[in-house]
Amino acid sequence: MALALQTFSTVRDANAALQAAGTRYLGGGTLVVRAANEGDVSTSSLVRVTDPGLSQITVSGGKARIGASVTMAAIARHPDLASLAPAARAVGGPAIRNMATVGGNLFAPAPYGDFTVALLALDATVSADDGETPIEKFLAGRDGNRAIVTSIAFALPPQGGFRFLKVSRVKPKGISVLSIAALIAQAPDGTVTSARIAFGCMADRPMRAVAAEKALLGKRLTKDGIAAALAVAGEGTAPITDPIASAWYRAEVLPVHLGRLLLA
Amino acid sequence: MAKVPVQFTLNGSEKAEFVDSGTTLLHALRDKIGDTSPKGGCHQGTCGACSVIVDGELRLSCLTLAETCNGAAILTTAGLAEAGVLHPLQRAFLDAFATQCGFCTPGMIMAAKVLLDHTPNPSRDEVVEALSGNICRCTGYEPIIQAVLSAARSNSQNAA
Repeated sequence: MALALQTFSTVRDANAALQAAGTRYLGGGTLVVRAANEGDVSTSSLVRVTDPGLSQITVSGGKARIGASVTMAAIARHPDLASLAPAARAVGGPAIRNMATVGGNLFAPAPYGDFTVALLALDATVSADDGETPIEKFLAGRDGNRAIVTSIAFALPPQGGFRFLKVSRVKPKGISVLSIAALIAQAPDGTVTSARIAFGCMADRPMRAVAAEKALLGKRLTKDGIAAALAVAGEGTAPITDPIASAWYRAEVLPVHLGRLLLA
Repeated sequence: MAKVPVQFTLNGSEKAEFVDSGTTLLHALRDKIGDTSPKGGCHQGTCGACSVIVDGELRLSCLTLAETCNGAAILTTAGLAEAGVLHPLQRAFLDAFATQCGFCTPGMIMAAKVLLDHTPNPSRDEVVEALSGNICRCTGYEPIIQAVLSAARSNSQNAA
């Protein structure tokens, strides 16, 4: 079935058009047009918004707000978002990064959506016309979401406090075996005072590693200090199986890579 | 299905076509306009064979809808040669045996062109990174990397 594209200048009008059955929002096209090319006939109509506000990045007072249409390439080259650049560069190759948007990444099914893993660790807030939602709640309900995401906001991590790792088999770029993001605060003596860790590919969408986070509190980032966290890293995970890796393999290597990220 | 007008410049010349709404740029270029240099490989954004340059940025034409390119300046490999003289990248690909079956070549050359436009003297790592979205099943990549590095060297010699 052919697709019809409707273009709107405001999110409000596009949200109204999105209520029709068989309609999907078109961001960069790397998920939606791909699905159409693969023969997905459940979508007959695409909606997009040209409002330039959706492509803006604002950084002030230690907070960043990224418009939903901002591309991975724009994040990777933004001087104030250097801590997030590794996560933005982890997405696709150069052409994909020029197209793929932050808003779209929120909806990318595993093994995609590496950037959202970073946003989950940063406890981002997802904004739409109907209000703001914490990212964890947003991800849990994303399948039923019908309101266009307009922006994502988060507090910029302190220097050295944010870590990101994507594991793939093909170098330099490949699809994720898994990805891990961690926001860790430490006391001057190195003791972990807070930890927020997110995994990609360990479920059908990015998930928090709640047990590992808890096990890190009060510990130092040493081989012995992280042992308890690694032991419970797999708790609550349900890794995907795909041509890149089996669920068994992902579960086996998760503690290894989490260990490398925490000791780096 | 409603036809929609699409107007852009392709390799410097004005193009105007009516296409079905939802038509990909790849389809419009190949089947409407007749520029078959971008190739349709995977249609999933994985292989890079359809890469073109839209307003100075590398894009996958198989995942780009033609009607979102209204007013854009599009470059494809078919527009690189001038008056029958190959572009330095095309020359370098030939000289370095960087082309075997040739299917990935136009996408590779577009990816390399964007790199050299912004980074005239790239490191090997920068070349590898720039080509990381393009798959080649023939060459093992090394001749392609060497071709891009050699085109960069010959560009800088010509500029000196």
